Amino acid sequence: MKILPFIIVIITGSLLIWAGQDMPDFGDPDAPAHHHVADWYIENSEEDVAVENMVTSILADYRGYDTFGETTVIFTAGISVILILRRRED
Amino acid sequence: MIEEILANYNYWIYVVLMMIGFYAVIAKSNLVKKVIGLNIFSTAIFLFYISIGDIRAIPGKIVTEPIYLEGEHLVENLVYVNPIPHVLILTGIVVSVSVTAVASALIIRIHKEFGTIEEEKILEMQS
Amino acid sequence: MREEDIIIRTVIRLMVPFIQVFGLYVIFHGGGGPGGGFQGGVIMAASIILYVMAFGLTAGKQRLSEKVNMIMRSTGLYLYGGAGVLALIFGGKFLDYGVIPLPFLDPAHIRAFMIDGVVEVGVAITVMAVMVTIFFELYPGGTSDD
Repeated sequence: MKILPFIIVIITGSLLIWAGQDMPDFGDPDAPAHHHVADWYIENSEEDVAVENMVTSILADYRGYDTFGETTVIFTAGISVILILRRRED
Repeated sequence: MIEEILANYNYWIYVVLMMIGFYAVIAKSNLVKKVIGLNIFSTAIFLFYISIGDIRAIPGKIVTEPIYLEGEHLVENLVYVNPIPHVLILTGIVVSVSVTAVASALIIRIHKEFGTIEEEKILEMQS
Repeated sequence: MREEDIIIRTVIRLMVPFIQVFGLYVIFHGGGGPGGGFQGGVIMAASIILYVMAFGLTAGKQRLSEKVNMIMRSTGLYLYGGAGVLALIFGGKFLDYGVIPLPFLDPAHIRAFMIDGVVEVGVAITVMAVMVTIFFELYPGGTSDD
């Protein structure tokens, strides 16, 4: 059990707990995370897109550009693994 | 006072899990243990982010998951859980898997090059 | 690599088709319940990984050759980008599926068809090919031996 990393971990943990006291309560329906854009998505997702799952319609239609970048990220990871681990047959 | 501390107890639990992962990244000297610590750290952050979007039971209304029920939607006493944290975390999980895959490939090359995967012995061999 | 015991080989040979059918179910029912492209692609890759763990890497590479894997890895990304460029051709913005004139459907159902039938399938094909690629590279005795 090393001393210096342990002290750093204790200091970081206490700073995070002290900063987390301003967060809203667990499961509060009046939290500000629920009122700005989530209400608009819940009300208008049925008329614009005829899919019953709200998560799929947000992921593939309202925020489809992020999913496109996501697929590029996993494609790049596959290419990187091949480039690191294959050698030229000399 | 005790009521306020126990009202958001989910943040304390996820901070403890985050600090366990953080300690594994900076204090262990085996490279595979560092990658496992990075995974624990990522999992704690995902759970923290999803727990922000939860809605507890309200008396008089039904709280359900973000999939439209059959029949009438958007009735007065039906409350849907916030769907946006779920969407953002799906992208985050894929990024975490990609980082783990590339880190494992790099560990295999380091082992072929130096013959060991302890960080202190590698630093001795280089200097 | 060596093969496993006969009980393991028989059970896995029975289980692999059912896992693949379940993976297809999760991909195509992403609109009516939990599921979608990423989840279904990983389940379908898990069936191939299970087969290789029981029968060895050579038997696995006979079933899914390197060339088919290479083609599948980029086909999914082309499907997704192609759907976006198709929306550009018909006058809308990039990835705006409502302006594509498919017959007999109003714009809300056109979006539902493009999401369920083209975009999610493309994402699932790419994710499955990349997961199988990563596993074949990191497995001992693969193409990265000296």
